[in-house]
Amino acid sequence: MRVFQSLLIRIFYAVILLTAVLILNFSLMYLAPGDVADTISQSMGGADQEVLDQIRADYGLDQPFLVQLGRYVGRILHFDLGYSFFYNDPVTKLILERLPATLLLVFTAQILALVVGVVLGVISARQPNGIASHFVTMLALFGYSAPVFWTGILLLIVFSLKIPWFPVAGMQDVTIEGGFMAHALDVLRHLVLPAITLASIFLALYSRLARATMLETLGSDYVRTAKAKGLPERHVVYKHALKNALSPVITLAGLQFSAVVSGAVLVETVFSWPGLGTLAFHSIIARDTPTILGILFFSALVVIVGNLLTDLVLRMIDPRLRGRGA
Amino acid sequence: MKHLVKGMIVSTVLATIVAGHAVADDPVRGGTLITVLGSNPRTLNGAVQSGIVTGYPTAQLFASPLRYDEDWTPQPYLAESWDVSDDGLTVTLNLVKNAVFHDGQPLTSADIAFSVEVIKANHPFKTMFAPVETVETPDEHTAVLKLSRPHPALMLAMSGQLMSILPRHIYGDGPIEAVKTHPRNNENVVGSGPFKLVEFKNGEHVILERFDDFFIEGRPYLDKIVMRIIPDIAARTIAYENGELHMGAFESNPQMVNRLKKVDGLVVTPEGYGAIGPLDWLAMNTQRGPLKDVRVRKAIAYAVDKNFIQKALMQGTAADSRTGIHPDSPFYFSEVEIYDVDLEKANSLLDEAGYPVQDGKRFDLTIDFGWPGVKPQVEYVRAALKKIGIAVEVRASADFPTWAKRMGEMDFDMSWDTVFNWGDPVIGVHRTYVSDNVGKGVWSNTQGYANSRVDEILAMAAVESDAEKRKALYKEFQTIIADELPVYHTNTLPYHTIYSGKVGNPPLGIWGTSTPIDMTYLKD
Repeated sequence: MRVFQSLLIRIFYAVILLTAVLILNFSLMYLAPGDVADTISQSMGGADQEVLDQIRADYGLDQPFLVQLGRYVGRILHFDLGYSFFYNDPVTKLILERLPATLLLVFTAQILALVVGVVLGVISARQPNGIASHFVTMLALFGYSAPVFWTGILLLIVFSLKIPWFPVAGMQDVTIEGGFMAHALDVLRHLVLPAITLASIFLALYSRLARATMLETLGSDYVRTAKAKGLPERHVVYKHALKNALSPVITLAGLQFSAVVSGAVLVETVFSWPGLGTLAFHSIIARDTPTILGILFFSALVVIVGNLLTDLVLRMIDPRLRGRGA
Repeated sequence: MKHLVKGMIVSTVLATIVAGHAVADDPVRGGTLITVLGSNPRTLNGAVQSGIVTGYPTAQLFASPLRYDEDWTPQPYLAESWDVSDDGLTVTLNLVKNAVFHDGQPLTSADIAFSVEVIKANHPFKTMFAPVETVETPDEHTAVLKLSRPHPALMLAMSGQLMSILPRHIYGDGPIEAVKTHPRNNENVVGSGPFKLVEFKNGEHVILERFDDFFIEGRPYLDKIVMRIIPDIAARTIAYENGELHMGAFESNPQMVNRLKKVDGLVVTPEGYGAIGPLDWLAMNTQRGPLKDVRVRKAIAYAVDKNFIQKALMQGTAADSRTGIHPDSPFYFSEVEIYDVDLEKANSLLDEAGYPVQDGKRFDLTIDFGWPGVKPQVEYVRAALKKIGIAVEVRASADFPTWAKRMGEMDFDMSWDTVFNWGDPVIGVHRTYVSDNVGKGVWSNTQGYANSRVDEILAMAAVESDAEKRKALYKEFQTIIADELPVYHTNTLPYHTIYSGKVGNPPLGIWGTSTPIDMTYLKD
């Protein structure tokens, strides 16, 4: 019951926050000089003034700010995200078309970063001054400090061009014949490089944190007791210490969820991954306000859901949290 | 290459006349062409949207009355023949009898009349069909365009991507203005072109397949076209290089072009963009500050080294351009005033204009740019003008609309700009120089240039039916422009077509890929 209540409160806050964010963003978009009529004219190689005026009138861009804002909020209250100026399609349709691709990429990258990060962290914690530990630290720092678009292009050059194992762009090869398995394998092949690229930034965080908490836990009294009881080393590390050390890592992963979503914008752009990130990037460039706000809305949802999932996972691995409300 | 293509066009035209006649270089039927779009098309309907990204798919989906060869000569397409009356006021199109839309309905003169109406109401280039008053349809296969004044630009406007013929029974179900947002502009598109739409997935691909009832017997050669949407330049470069793409067009990144030129099995060519006519130039606001004085504008031209821009910044990929008309156009006139670097002359012109050096400089100017690709150009201009005592501040814009607004409102001193000719000069050239189009949005006469003789010449050229007289008018126009420099023309935007050796007969006419590719094939 208390869990349910706290969930409600969180959803309530999320809705308020979301509304504030939408209004703020709408205002920012309005304040920026120029509008979507300019980018539409750009995509057409120029347009006569008459045409530009017509476009502005069609989309209500010639109305005063408050009228435009009122109309937008009114539509949102009816769960209508509006119509994309630039793509001539309902925003909801555009987003739902793209959402699965982003979810696939973001969750794969997040799980990849977590699993590999924790494994590397544990390895280096067990021998904090060993070669493996230094190697892990170096790798982590490299992944963390290299800009993700650069990592992406580097991976492309090595694994698409020099050693052509993986495709360059997109999510599927439309010329592939065959059943579900053939297509699933094809998507997987397309997924490898973008997922690794996106995971590379977060790998560093997770492995460093896992290493630090593992070191701390391994030095704690109960671990020493377990060792003194004569439990095998492996059992102590993985059963006793790791479970406790995981908790902060997963909390961090939850907090990082929004960063993963925003990181996806860059990675998707490099790999032409047909997700929300590329849509966001191009809508921003096109000044397509309804689409941008719609994406913002959906990515907020993804982050909220991601955080809720994190909570659930934390409760699963840490019994102490189960009784608490928050 | 040019001769080969020409030979093929001639021979394929012959082949269609004498059915079954063997063609010299036998094209192969079948195969899937993998090609690429550099951004997401807003719509696939070329009657309501121009631009190169829509142009490629729309020219495959919809047929147009005419098409052009690489010598700027109109060729029959939906119109098997045509006739322009002596007074230039009546243009009669005799349509092929066997054209059908993708849904099986026959294409008739009523569809031509309907499409003209749709284009007049929705297409961004109002000049294309403005003089067309009515379209008469005496019978199903004859369309007669009645004009209010002679309009030679009509011929190019009836080709390629500028005039998509829409089926009235599909797109005529609502008000004419609503065709702009018709639900069937992006899905279930119905045209009469060589390919029909299978799927358009936003951000992913446009897939087209052969239309078996296309009105030209035996064409198209390809079974399928997959247009992948890959906006990232680096990703496209690698995809060309590792063979994931057979062909792509409108590539202007010098690094990409030069890298791909060295790849075995790829052909990289700047041929085929004459009608698109993309030009790079330095725009100068002739209504502001020192730039009002033509001597100042000339001094700037003498200080900016075009050779450096073409050879170093564009890495040798761009051609020289001297006037507002693209060098590949039959109207281009190159023997105009040119401005080889001459700092002494530049300095004396500035002295003469009354701007002596004081405290190390003469005066301040700003320079704008609208997209990151041309930042090197504006940085170079800043450095070059410093040498003659003009302190230039580079003003970046957050994005395209920010820059477009500055340009549209003439809130700038100088700017780098790229503008397209779009076929006939009436469509894409006049807009930059006529005085009744000053400051009307981006790519209007944003320089505030006004010269009554230029207005007069361009008005005459717009209605001059005699090709030679028209050419003479444009010659005078180009001479004046090069002398008065509302913009300093530096180079062509180096669009290139890239195709693998597997591609036979790639589209290298005047419209790039904004043309039906029914003659393109894949070699075994």
